[in-house]
Amino acid sequence: MPVDVDAVVISNTKLSDFYNVVAVAAPDVARQARPGQFVMVKPDKDYDPLLRRPFSVFEILRDPAGRVSGFSLLNKRIGVTTRRLYDITPGERLQCLGPLGQAFESPAADQQAWMVAGGVGLAPFLTLAESLVERLAATRLFYGGRSADDLFYLETFEALGVRLELTTDDGSRGHPGLVTGPLHRALDETDKGISVRLYACGPTPMMQAVTELAATHGRSTDVSLEQVMGCGLGGCYSCVVPVAEPGQPTRFVRSCLQGPVFDGGRIDWDQL
Amino acid sequence: MSDLSVTIGSLRLSNPLIAASGCFGYGVEYADLVALDTLGGVAVKGLFLEEREGHPPQRIVETPSGMLNAIGLQGIGARRFVSEKLPELKRRGAVVVVNICGSTVDEYAEIARILDDADGIGAIELNISCPNISKGGMMFGCSLEGTHDVISAVRRVTALPVMPKLTPNVTDVASFAVAAEEAGADAVSLVNTFLAMAIDVETRRPRLSNVLGGLSGPAIRPIAVRMVHECHQAIKIPIVGMGGIMTAEDVLEFMIAGATAVQVGTANFVDPLIWDKLFDGLRAYLDRHGISSLVDLVGSLELEERTPACKSSS
Repeated sequence: MPVDVDAVVISNTKLSDFYNVVAVAAPDVARQARPGQFVMVKPDKDYDPLLRRPFSVFEILRDPAGRVSGFSLLNKRIGVTTRRLYDITPGERLQCLGPLGQAFESPAADQQAWMVAGGVGLAPFLTLAESLVERLAATRLFYGGRSADDLFYLETFEALGVRLELTTDDGSRGHPGLVTGPLHRALDETDKGISVRLYACGPTPMMQAVTELAATHGRSTDVSLEQVMGCGLGGCYSCVVPVAEPGQPTRFVRSCLQGPVFDGGRIDWDQL
Repeated sequence: MSDLSVTIGSLRLSNPLIAASGCFGYGVEYADLVALDTLGGVAVKGLFLEEREGHPPQRIVETPSGMLNAIGLQGIGARRFVSEKLPELKRRGAVVVVNICGSTVDEYAEIARILDDADGIGAIELNISCPNISKGGMMFGCSLEGTHDVISAVRRVTALPVMPKLTPNVTDVASFAVAAEEAGADAVSLVNTFLAMAIDVETRRPRLSNVLGGLSGPAIRPIAVRMVHECHQAIKIPIVGMGGIMTAEDVLEFMIAGATAVQVGTANFVDPLIWDKLFDGLRAYLDRHGISSLVDLVGSLELEERTPACKSSS
């Protein structure tokens, strides 16, 4: 069950001029969180900004004894709240309501897990990768950013046994171009008999492209959507996603309750 | 122990705090976080007769100390509400206020009949004020005749307390409160949201898919308080006030202006656990002022003229 805690900020680690990682002491949220779930956060008590913002749980933090002590979130400085979070200092408080939403479905025991991330869309995949460590089937991360400075936590993923395929828009690291480039090659090279579960998180056009590319290879993709969200609890009906089940008309489904993870093949991307 | 109970028509509430329609789903979404039977009432999301999909995203945008919404009354329809949601609300002990909306006067009456046949409904709130739909809603609430017609049609088919929710998007809201009283309403609730708009200047596109939306949140509170005050001077039936309530002090402001009860909407998004804080604040105020019953505050605004500090030179 989600809890609401006024969590103390433990650390703020700047990764670049735009990205940072904020760690908070919120064991009651962290203990319950499963990969793909999110938290609604609000840095200040005043009315500007008024609403909370949704963030994926990025890392589960543990104390030296191994007990869960909190979680972190991966932040990209874009709007009012994310600018505030970029500059937040240890000791300040962050109101955190969570965990919320549906988690990623785990791959089957013999199924490879391919994660496709664009920019801040890396956020839900670290906990997913951690949950897959014990498996024999391969875990891969296709990860794209603007430049080499925009790719983070690569050693962490590698230490978890994840095979990396990196791309940058400017070619400063990995393959130049979009993340769908190496993904396309990998799909082509992978025998149809090998079972693969794809997960994607990033800009909407990227998630649509990944879903459609995977579909041409007969594979489905679970996408983690970031909709504008008011409450995170199903109260406001603002975060809806157009979903079309086979043979059914498109329905608006609340991302906070039935998402944020959806079968990409069911999304009516033109209406999103 | 101070008494927080209030009465709206024939409906007695243990306290004046009602979750506002459109801001609390069907109530059941919150049942694990909030003990629904501790609230004065739960006003569920507006229902048409049939299911509706509402507007495409983007449906909300934040503005200074507030937000715009244009959801478009997505909903499951009156019959599915009665069969799928009402039983759990009853089981949880919620006082259920059902907000209804129609494209025609007959549709309002038809929904009211369905609700009148159902068991476990406390009151009907008539949404004649939704700014985000092309037919119905505010179309009725912006005309005195439409307001009268909807209320009297519903009044004829149900004995449940009937409470029209008034729009602030009119010149003189008190005249609509009077029309509601004359048509047989048991109470009025106000205000719905203010018709508003936000534009992305980079793309020059409206921020909401529906172009226009309704403004709510603390930004509107002083206007809502003024409107409650005006209605209180014009009608005898109870007023349920709302508009940007975030604290117990805000609740008190509405009650002193003339509201018998209040609804809490946008604040519920910011803090879903707000209710106990509001209860505590209300009790602390009553203790501090030596007042035993909260209801004694309703309409207690002091309007005595003060001795002018300096005389105007007229």
